[in-house]
Amino acid sequence: MIDIGIGHYLVLGAIIFLIGIVGIFLNRKNIIVILMSIELILLAVNINLVSFSIFMNDISGQIFTLFILTVAAAEAAIGLAIIVVYYRNSGTIRVEEIEKLKG
Amino acid sequence: MIAHAFFFYFFSFIAVVSAIMVTVSRNTVHSVFFLILDFISISSLFIMIGAEFLGMIMLIVYVGAVAVLFLFVVMMLNVAKQENTWFKSSTNSAHIPIGLLVGIIIFFEVIIVIGGWKYKPDLSSKIILSDISNTHSIGNVLYTDYIHLFQLSGMVLLVAMIGAIVLTFRKRDGLKRQSYFKQLSREREDGVSLVNVKSNEGIKIDD
Repeated sequence: MIDIGIGHYLVLGAIIFLIGIVGIFLNRKNIIVILMSIELILLAVNINLVSFSIFMNDISGQIFTLFILTVAAAEAAIGLAIIVVYYRNSGTIRVEEIEKLKG
Repeated sequence: MIAHAFFFYFFSFIAVVSAIMVTVSRNTVHSVFFLILDFISISSLFIMIGAEFLGMIMLIVYVGAVAVLFLFVVMMLNVAKQENTWFKSSTNSAHIPIGLLVGIIIFFEVIIVIGGWKYKPDLSSKIILSDISNTHSIGNVLYTDYIHLFQLSGMVLLVAMIGAIVLTFRKRDGLKRQSYFKQLSREREDGVSLVNVKSNEGIKIDD
Protein backbone atom coordinates (compact mmCIF):
# COMPACT_ATOMS: atom_id res chain seq x y z
CA MET A 1 0.00 0.00 0.00
CA ILE A 2 2.71 2.45 0.97
CA ASP A 3 5.43 1.08 -1.28
CA ILE A 4 4.45 2.36 -4.69
CA GLY A 5 5.67 0.01 -7.40
CA ILE A 6 5.01 -0.49 -11.05
CA GLY A 7 1.77 -2.28 -10.29
CA HIS A 8 0.15 0.84 -8.93
CA TYR A 9 0.91 2.78 -12.09
CA LEU A 10 -0.32 -0.06 -14.27
CA VAL A 11 -3.57 -0.21 -12.30
CA LEU A 12 -4.01 3.52 -12.73
CA GLY A 13 -3.45 3.16 -16.47
CA ALA A 14 -5.91 0.30 -16.59
CA ILE A 15 -8.58 2.28 -14.75
CA ILE A 16 -8.24 5.28 -17.05
CA PHE A 17 -8.23 3.02 -20.11
CA LEU A 18 -11.42 1.40 -18.84
CA ILE A 19 -13.07 4.77 -18.27
CA GLY A 20 -12.20 5.78 -21.83
CA ILE A 21 -13.68 2.58 -23.25
CA VAL A 22 -16.83 2.90 -21.16
CA GLY A 23 -17.12 6.54 -22.17
CA ILE A 24 -17.12 5.58 -25.82
CA PHE A 25 -19.79 2.96 -25.28
CA LEU A 26 -22.10 4.81 -22.95
CA ASN A 27 -22.00 8.12 -24.74
CA ARG A 28 -25.08 8.78 -26.82
CA LYS A 29 -25.08 12.53 -26.98
CA ASN A 30 -22.04 14.10 -28.40
CA ILE A 31 -19.31 12.92 -30.72
CA ILE A 32 -16.78 15.35 -29.24
CA VAL A 33 -16.95 13.45 -25.94
CA ILE A 34 -16.11 10.29 -27.87
CA LEU A 35 -12.99 11.98 -29.22
CA MET A 36 -12.09 12.98 -25.66
CA SER A 37 -12.51 9.36 -24.56
CA ILE A 38 -10.04 8.36 -27.27
CA GLU A 39 -7.62 10.90 -25.82
CA LEU A 40 -8.11 9.28 -22.40
CA ILE A 41 -7.27 5.88 -23.85
CA LEU A 42 -4.07 7.21 -25.41
CA LEU A 43 -3.23 8.81 -22.06
CA ALA A 44 -3.58 5.44 -20.32
CA VAL A 45 -1.25 3.89 -22.87
CA ASN A 46 1.23 6.66 -22.16
CA ILE A 47 1.04 5.95 -18.43
CA ASN A 48 1.87 2.30 -19.03
CA LEU A 49 4.78 3.09 -21.31
CA VAL A 50 6.28 5.69 -19.00
CA SER A 51 5.99 3.55 -15.89
CA PHE A 52 7.63 0.59 -17.59
CA SER A 53 10.33 2.87 -18.95
CA ILE A 54 11.08 4.27 -15.50
CA PHE A 55 10.94 1.05 -13.54
CA MET A 56 12.93 -0.99 -16.06
CA ASN A 57 15.40 1.84 -16.62
CA ASP A 58 14.99 1.88 -20.38
CA ILE A 59 14.50 5.21 -22.10
CA SER A 60 12.80 3.76 -25.21
CA GLY A 61 9.39 3.79 -23.56
CA GLN A 62 9.51 7.54 -23.17
CA ILE A 63 10.57 7.93 -26.82
CA PHE A 64 7.53 5.92 -27.86
CA THR A 65 5.37 8.06 -25.62
CA LEU A 66 6.60 11.10 -27.51
CA PHE A 67 5.54 9.52 -30.80
CA ILE A 68 2.15 8.58 -29.36
CA LEU A 69 1.76 12.19 -28.26
CA THR A 70 2.48 13.37 -31.80
CA VAL A 71 0.01 10.97 -33.36
CA ALA A 72 -2.63 11.86 -30.77
CA ALA A 73 -2.29 15.55 -31.55
CA ALA A 74 -2.58 14.88 -35.28
CA GLU A 75 -5.58 12.63 -34.71
CA ALA A 76 -7.34 15.24 -32.60
CA ALA A 77 -6.77 17.92 -35.22
CA ILE A 78 -8.07 15.78 -38.08
CA GLY A 79 -11.02 14.44 -36.07
CA LEU A 80 -12.13 17.86 -34.99
CA ALA A 81 -11.80 19.15 -38.56
CA ILE A 82 -14.03 16.31 -39.76
CA ILE A 83 -16.55 17.14 -37.03
CA VAL A 84 -16.57 20.81 -38.02
CA VAL A 85 -17.17 19.91 -41.67
CA TYR A 86 -19.92 17.48 -40.73
CA TYR A 87 -21.63 20.04 -38.53
CA ARG A 88 -21.46 22.57 -41.32
CA ASN A 89 -23.10 20.16 -43.74
CA SER A 90 -25.75 18.55 -41.58
CA GLY A 91 -26.25 20.89 -38.63
CA THR A 92 -25.95 18.27 -35.90
CA ILE A 93 -23.28 16.17 -34.23
CA ARG A 94 -25.55 14.13 -32.00
CA VAL A 95 -24.48 10.51 -32.20
CA GLU A 96 -27.97 9.15 -32.82
CA GLU A 97 -28.60 11.50 -35.72
CA ILE A 98 -25.37 10.79 -37.54
CA GLU A 99 -26.58 8.18 -39.98
CA LYS A 100 -25.40 9.36 -43.35
CA LEU A 101 -22.92 6.52 -43.62
CA LYS A 102 -25.60 3.88 -43.12
CA GLY A 103 -26.34 3.77 -46.81
CA MET B 1 8.45 6.84 0.66
CA ILE B 2 5.29 7.80 2.52
CA ALA B 3 5.30 11.15 0.77
CA HIS B 4 5.61 9.45 -2.60
CA ALA B 5 2.70 7.17 -1.80
CA PHE B 6 0.63 10.12 -0.63
CA PHE B 7 1.33 12.12 -3.81
CA PHE B 8 0.67 9.10 -6.00
CA TYR B 9 -2.71 8.45 -4.44
CA PHE B 10 -3.61 12.14 -4.50
CA PHE B 11 -2.84 12.64 -8.19
CA SER B 12 -4.26 9.33 -9.31
CA PHE B 13 -7.47 9.94 -7.39
CA ILE B 14 -7.90 13.30 -9.09
CA ALA B 15 -7.03 11.74 -12.46
CA VAL B 16 -9.56 8.93 -12.11
CA VAL B 17 -12.34 11.17 -10.83
CA SER B 18 -11.82 13.73 -13.57
CA ALA B 19 -11.68 10.96 -16.19
CA ILE B 20 -15.07 9.78 -14.95
CA MET B 21 -16.36 13.33 -15.06
CA VAL B 22 -15.17 13.71 -18.66
CA THR B 23 -17.43 10.90 -19.74
CA VAL B 24 -20.48 11.47 -17.56
CA SER B 25 -20.73 15.24 -17.50
CA ARG B 26 -23.68 16.55 -19.46
CA ASN B 27 -22.11 19.74 -20.61
CA THR B 28 -19.36 19.45 -23.18
CA VAL B 29 -17.49 22.48 -21.88
CA HIS B 30 -17.30 20.85 -18.45
CA SER B 31 -15.96 17.72 -20.11
CA VAL B 32 -13.15 19.73 -21.68
CA PHE B 33 -12.35 21.33 -18.31
CA PHE B 34 -12.09 17.93 -16.65
CA LEU B 35 -9.99 16.64 -19.54
CA ILE B 36 -7.53 19.46 -18.86
CA LEU B 37 -7.51 18.55 -15.16
CA ASP B 38 -6.86 14.92 -16.05
CA PHE B 39 -3.92 15.77 -18.29
CA ILE B 40 -2.41 18.02 -15.64
CA SER B 41 -2.73 15.33 -12.96
CA ILE B 42 -1.10 12.70 -15.14
CA SER B 43 1.72 14.99 -16.14
CA SER B 44 2.30 15.77 -12.45
CA LEU B 45 2.58 12.01 -11.92
CA PHE B 46 5.11 11.80 -14.74
CA ILE B 47 7.16 14.62 -13.24
CA MET B 48 6.99 12.94 -9.84
CA ILE B 49 8.13 9.54 -11.13
CA GLY B 50 11.14 11.05 -12.88
CA ALA B 51 10.04 11.56 -16.49
CA GLU B 52 10.22 15.33 -16.30
CA PHE B 53 10.59 16.00 -20.01
CA LEU B 54 7.50 14.02 -20.93
CA GLY B 55 5.48 15.64 -18.18
CA MET B 56 6.31 19.10 -19.43
CA ILE B 57 5.77 18.14 -23.09
CA MET B 58 2.45 16.66 -22.12
CA LEU B 59 1.42 19.92 -20.47
CA ILE B 60 2.43 21.87 -23.57
CA VAL B 61 0.94 19.54 -26.17
CA TYR B 62 -2.22 18.37 -24.46
CA VAL B 63 -3.25 21.28 -22.28
CA GLY B 64 -1.82 23.96 -24.50
CA ALA B 65 -2.86 22.64 -27.88
CA VAL B 66 -5.25 19.72 -27.89
CA ALA B 67 -7.56 20.81 -25.07
CA VAL B 68 -7.72 24.35 -26.38
CA LEU B 69 -8.55 22.93 -29.81
CA PHE B 70 -11.39 20.93 -28.25
CA LEU B 71 -12.61 24.02 -26.44
CA PHE B 72 -12.55 26.07 -29.64
CA VAL B 73 -14.50 23.45 -31.54
CA VAL B 74 -17.05 23.06 -28.74
CA MET B 75 -17.64 26.78 -28.64
CA MET B 76 -17.66 27.13 -32.43
CA LEU B 77 -20.22 24.39 -32.94
CA ASN B 78 -22.56 25.76 -30.27
CA VAL B 79 -22.81 22.33 -28.67
CA ALA B 80 -22.67 23.67 -25.14
CA LYS B 81 -25.71 25.79 -25.83
CA GLN B 82 -27.61 22.80 -27.15
CA GLU B 83 -26.83 20.81 -24.05
CA ASN B 84 -27.68 23.71 -21.81
CA THR B 85 -31.25 23.82 -22.97
CA TRP B 86 -32.04 20.49 -21.42
CA PHE B 87 -29.59 21.02 -18.62
CA LYS B 88 -31.93 23.80 -17.44
CA SER B 89 -29.43 26.57 -17.12
CA SER B 90 -29.63 28.95 -20.00
CA THR B 91 -27.18 31.53 -18.70
CA ASN B 92 -23.51 31.39 -19.58
CA SER B 93 -22.52 31.87 -15.95
CA ALA B 94 -23.14 28.17 -15.30
CA HIS B 95 -19.62 27.51 -16.56
CA ILE B 96 -18.03 29.78 -14.02
CA PRO B 97 -18.29 27.68 -10.81
CA ILE B 98 -17.02 24.50 -12.43
CA GLY B 99 -14.22 26.37 -14.14
CA LEU B 100 -13.26 27.93 -10.82
CA LEU B 101 -13.27 24.52 -9.15
CA VAL B 102 -10.97 23.06 -11.79
CA GLY B 103 -8.71 26.09 -11.59
CA ILE B 104 -8.39 25.86 -7.81
CA ILE B 105 -7.58 22.15 -7.93
CA ILE B 106 -4.95 22.74 -10.61
CA PHE B 107 -3.44 25.49 -8.46
CA PHE B 108 -3.12 23.22 -5.43
CA GLU B 109 -1.67 20.50 -7.62
CA VAL B 110 1.04 22.83 -8.84
CA ILE B 111 1.80 23.79 -5.23
CA ILE B 112 2.01 20.16 -4.21
CA VAL B 113 4.17 19.14 -7.16
CA ILE B 114 6.72 21.72 -6.09
CA GLY B 115 6.62 20.25 -2.59
CA GLY B 116 6.84 16.71 -3.90
CA TRP B 117 9.97 17.55 -5.86
CA LYS B 118 11.82 17.71 -2.57
CA TYR B 119 11.16 14.05 -1.87
CA LYS B 120 12.24 12.88 -5.32
CA PRO B 121 15.59 11.18 -4.46
CA ASP B 122 14.03 8.73 -2.04
CA LEU B 123 10.96 7.94 -4.11
CA SER B 124 11.22 4.23 -4.18
CA SER B 125 13.95 1.70 -3.92
CA LYS B 126 13.18 0.31 -7.35
CA ILE B 127 13.70 3.49 -9.34
CA ILE B 128 17.28 3.71 -10.55
CA LEU B 129 18.51 7.27 -10.68
CA SER B 130 21.23 7.97 -13.19
CA ASP B 131 23.55 10.94 -13.06
CA ILE B 132 22.42 12.50 -16.35
CA SER B 133 19.04 14.18 -16.51
CA ASN B 134 15.93 12.76 -18.13
CA THR B 135 15.91 15.31 -20.94
CA HIS B 136 19.58 14.63 -21.66
CA SER B 137 19.07 10.89 -21.96
CA ILE B 138 15.99 11.32 -24.18
CA GLY B 139 17.98 13.61 -26.45
CA ASN B 140 20.83 11.13 -26.59
CA VAL B 141 18.54 8.44 -27.94
CA LEU B 142 15.94 10.42 -29.89
CA TYR B 143 18.32 12.13 -32.28
CA THR B 144 20.52 9.11 -32.94
CA ASP B 145 18.69 5.79 -32.85
CA TYR B 146 15.20 7.13 -33.54
CA ILE B 147 16.03 9.93 -35.97
CA HIS B 148 14.00 8.43 -38.83
CA LEU B 149 10.96 7.96 -36.61
CA PHE B 150 11.41 11.51 -35.37
CA GLN B 151 11.39 12.93 -38.87
CA LEU B 152 8.50 10.67 -39.81
CA SER B 153 6.46 12.05 -36.92
CA GLY B 154 7.22 15.51 -38.24
CA MET B 155 5.76 14.42 -41.56
CA VAL B 156 2.69 13.08 -39.76
CA LEU B 157 2.16 16.46 -38.15
CA LEU B 158 2.61 18.21 -41.50
CA VAL B 159 0.07 15.94 -43.18
CA ALA B 160 -2.36 16.48 -40.29
CA MET B 161 -1.97 20.24 -40.58
CA ILE B 162 -2.55 20.24 -44.33
CA GLY B 163 -5.49 17.86 -43.91
CA ALA B 164 -7.16 20.00 -41.28
CA ILE B 165 -6.75 23.13 -43.39
CA VAL B 166 -8.03 21.44 -46.55
CA LEU B 167 -11.01 19.93 -44.73
CA THR B 168 -12.21 23.12 -43.12
CA PHE B 169 -11.40 25.44 -46.01
CA ARG B 170 -14.45 27.09 -47.46
CA LYS B 171 -14.63 29.27 -50.54
CA ARG B 172 -16.84 32.25 -49.94
CA ASP B 173 -18.37 34.46 -52.63
CA GLY B 174 -17.89 38.16 -52.54
CA LEU B 175 -14.42 38.11 -51.05
CA LYS B 176 -11.57 39.70 -52.96
CA ARG B 177 -8.57 37.40 -52.99
CA GLN B 178 -5.06 37.94 -54.16
CA SER B 179 -4.23 35.97 -57.29
CA TYR B 180 -0.55 35.83 -58.12
CA PHE B 181 -1.24 34.50 -61.60
CA LYS B 182 -3.46 37.42 -62.46
CA GLN B 183 -0.96 39.88 -60.98
CA LEU B 184 2.02 38.48 -62.82
CA SER B 185 0.28 37.97 -66.14
CA ARG B 186 -0.90 41.56 -66.31
CA GLU B 187 0.60 43.36 -69.29
CA ARG B 188 1.16 47.01 -69.96
CA GLU B 189 -1.67 47.12 -72.48
CA ASP B 190 -4.21 45.99 -69.87
CA GLY B 191 -3.69 48.96 -67.65
CA VAL B 192 -2.34 51.83 -69.73
CA SER B 193 -3.66 53.27 -72.96
CA LEU B 194 -2.25 56.18 -74.86
CA VAL B 195 -4.70 58.66 -76.31
CA ASN B 196 -4.21 61.64 -78.47
CA VAL B 197 -5.94 64.50 -76.75
CA LYS B 198 -7.23 67.14 -79.06
CA SER B 199 -6.78 70.64 -77.83
CA ASN B 200 -9.77 72.43 -76.29
CA GLU B 201 -11.83 69.20 -76.20
CA GLY B 202 -10.37 66.95 -73.50
CA ILE B 203 -11.33 63.32 -72.98
CA LYS B 204 -13.87 61.47 -70.95
CA ILE B 205 -12.00 59.39 -68.38
CA ASP B 206 -14.73 56.90 -67.52
CA ASP B 207 -15.17 55.48 -70.96
